[in-house]
Amino acid sequence: MTVASPESFQGSLQPQGWLRYFSFSLDHKVIGLQYLVTGFIFYLIGGALAGVIRTELASPISDFISRETYNEVLTLHGTVMIFLWIVPVVNGGFGNYLIPFYVGARDMAFPRLNAVAFWMIPPAGILLISSYFISGAAQSGWTAYPPLSITTPAAGQVVWILSVLLLGGSSIFGAINFIATVLKLRQPGLKLMQLPMYCWAMLGTSILVVLSTPVLAGTLILLSFDIVAHTGFFNPALGGNVVVYQHLFWFYSHPAVYIMVLPAFGLVSEILPIHARKPLFGYTTMVYSILGIVFLGLIVWAHHMFTSGTPPWMRLFFTIATSFIAVPTGIKFFNWLATLWGGKIALNSAMLFSCAFIFHFVFGGITGVALAQVPFDIHVHDTYFVVGHFHYIVYGGTVFVIFAAIYHWYPKFTGRMLNEDLGRLHFLLTFVGFNLCFLPQHWLGLNGMPRRVAEYDPAFTTLNQASSIGALLMAISTLPLLYNVIWSAFRGQVAGDNPWRALTPEWLTSSPPPVENWVGAAPLVHEPYAYGVPADQIDLNATSGRDLWSDGRS
Amino acid sequence: MTIPTSLITLVLGMVLVLGGLWVGQNVNLLPVDASSNAPVYDALFQVLFSIGTILFVGVTGLLIFSLVRFRRLPGDQGDGVAIEGNLPLEILWTAIPAVVVLFVGIYSYDIYERMGGMTPLNGHEAMHGDASSLMLAEHQSHGDAMAAPALLREGPGSSSTLLADDPGEAQPERVWGGISSAAGDALPVELTAMQFAFIFHYPDSSITSGELHVPVGRPVQLRMEARDVIHAFWVPQFRLKQDVIPGQPTVMSFTPTRPGTYPIVCAELCGPYHGGMRTNVVVHEQEAFEAWIRQNAPAAPSTVALAAAPPTG
Repeated sequence: MTVASPESFQGSLQPQGWLRYFSFSLDHKVIGLQYLVTGFIFYLIGGALAGVIRTELASPISDFISRETYNEVLTLHGTVMIFLWIVPVVNGGFGNYLIPFYVGARDMAFPRLNAVAFWMIPPAGILLISSYFISGAAQSGWTAYPPLSITTPAAGQVVWILSVLLLGGSSIFGAINFIATVLKLRQPGLKLMQLPMYCWAMLGTSILVVLSTPVLAGTLILLSFDIVAHTGFFNPALGGNVVVYQHLFWFYSHPAVYIMVLPAFGLVSEILPIHARKPLFGYTTMVYSILGIVFLGLIVWAHHMFTSGTPPWMRLFFTIATSFIAVPTGIKFFNWLATLWGGKIALNSAMLFSCAFIFHFVFGGITGVALAQVPFDIHVHDTYFVVGHFHYIVYGGTVFVIFAAIYHWYPKFTGRMLNEDLGRLHFLLTFVGFNLCFLPQHWLGLNGMPRRVAEYDPAFTTLNQASSIGALLMAISTLPLLYNVIWSAFRGQVAGDNPWRALTPEWLTSSPPPVENWVGAAPLVHEPYAYGVPADQIDLNATSGRDLWSDGRS
Repeated sequence: MTIPTSLITLVLGMVLVLGGLWVGQNVNLLPVDASSNAPVYDALFQVLFSIGTILFVGVTGLLIFSLVRFRRLPGDQGDGVAIEGNLPLEILWTAIPAVVVLFVGIYSYDIYERMGGMTPLNGHEAMHGDASSLMLAEHQSHGDAMAAPALLREGPGSSSTLLADDPGEAQPERVWGGISSAAGDALPVELTAMQFAFIFHYPDSSITSGELHVPVGRPVQLRMEARDVIHAFWVPQFRLKQDVIPGQPTVMSFTPTRPGTYPIVCAELCGPYHGGMRTNVVVHEQEAFEAWIRQNAPAAPSTVALAAAPPTG
């Protein structure tokens, strides 16, 4: 192929070296890492906010911060964790880094749109956080139900809406890019059913984003009209209807759960086969179950509204639809278990976090099917049972996968391995802290503790304190990770191009990869999971022949 | 001799299922049951808990077994077996969850019907036969746009006086339903939720109270409306919750079965003092309830007194 001369190709407009991570870079790998690091900074902020909440709840009376501040903190915690940490990292972060590799492309379909999508996030995040210091942040929770969101101080709520609109726009731009890249930039000869599973997960997720996020944007614009211009869309005093807002809000925000977990499903599908040295079990059913989750995910939103006076037929329909999501989800979990079965499993940090994901998500899925049942939900809706449930899904599920993915792909990002002992310490602290924090909350909800309260029945003190200690452990658990990531970037063991002896295309280039991903032609990988075949059939230039993290030098 | 793997699997499966059923029957995670639908709810909880235990222990057991049995030994460079799928197995674990969730769905539908949730609450049927109040939106259609905000600002009793000004144009109001299984002799109670209190009004005896007092064994029909933002009426011991929504009068019925005092908790974020928005429901024996009514009933029950009555709670 023709290669442009280095001078004309590496124009001076694009900064080189570390500066490019602070620039309007068009390189999908730089943008992916920009998403990942920015998201992690917001994770630390959101975690600090969670720490404030758990400190307040260590005692049954409201004694740590004012009640208004408490509501601002819980609103910011939810918004930051969802819109600035999980969604950007599992979609924008890993999606941008991996998808062009997986389809055999040199970059995303629309590199400038990609950079624009990323650069909408820092201003939106700064806007959101600064509202706390300037005018007081929004106080109505991340759900922003009217009339509460109309009657609480307007400045914070309007800033919240602006921020979420920016983040939603960024998410839509990213999704359009992923759909175009997966469908249009595939190497000639690479069929859809030969793509790594993460491509399918991102395709499904992006379809959800494109279909549902505009609904949220429209809803929030109407809400801002109610606040600023005193219209009456959702204001019952002016003839509006508050339940309509809930329908529109959850039409986005339930699919948002799948926008957060489907990419995680995809990442796990990449990590497990490599560390178990086995093909991904049931590729075809995995693909169809992703599409099934996408379809069902769009028609279950009203299960968040079983106590809102919805008509009986609606409750019945949404119960059945929600329960049936367990079927495609169950297929994926059984397939992962079958992938592990009979493998040669390396119990490294990436594998431990992935298995903990399975453990947590199965638990959260079981409580989720229970919550889909109207009579069960009527008792525990808006209680700590639900808080426990969704943290098992989004933290125990997705965030554990993000950690697994960091341990798995760090050698590709930097060319150096993460320290395995620190990784296991990180895993142990996170696993114990997480379960100590969120398991007791199920009991609290069943026995009468509502969510979003700054004060509670003193009978619940002990379990709340246990939960707070768990949160403290989770806070401590970020220290080994931070130290590991920074130390290993300079002093970590050199990884070589393919320390895991993997077959997916991102490993078939140098670590870190060159600007256009491969020096020569891109490899055409028809079977990304062809482990378990005789070694002489695997064409792997970079395979070291030595084992794993312990001595992965090539 | 070696025991066949299929036999071990069968025995383990039976132990798992029986163990799960036993755990479900003996689980004790819920507060005391104090309404007629609480035991029904608890039966559903036991079934869900059994199924959940079987699935969770099964999956976790398989996971941990795999991690131990198939862990890579030091120095092993080999790959696992190249199995890419198994159609009968995949059909099996699609079919089993489908059957399980279908069973759970139908069973919970049945439970819900027994709790009265499926009672068709005719959307345009007035609760007391007469139109005691109108939906706010209808006010607007009568050209009375200013009255709606006024309604929100004024006291709980004022809505009826305000609406009494509408001469003869009253249409039956639209009422939304929660759990509704009350028979004919239900005790009507009107609940007004506001930041940050629940106010209960007894139309039969003109009592207005900050606590809910009800007799044991008699159905209570609670008519709920919020004045400012969304609240939720939750009694954990009754296993009942219903959002109280401004502009959307809602009816919910329940039958208390166990005398005692239980918390009423607001479960929907309603502002800074949301966590403090609590009161009690006191379930009396029949005589004690009548005594409470006698003690607290205003001397001359009238609509005027009712509008001015301060909350006693």
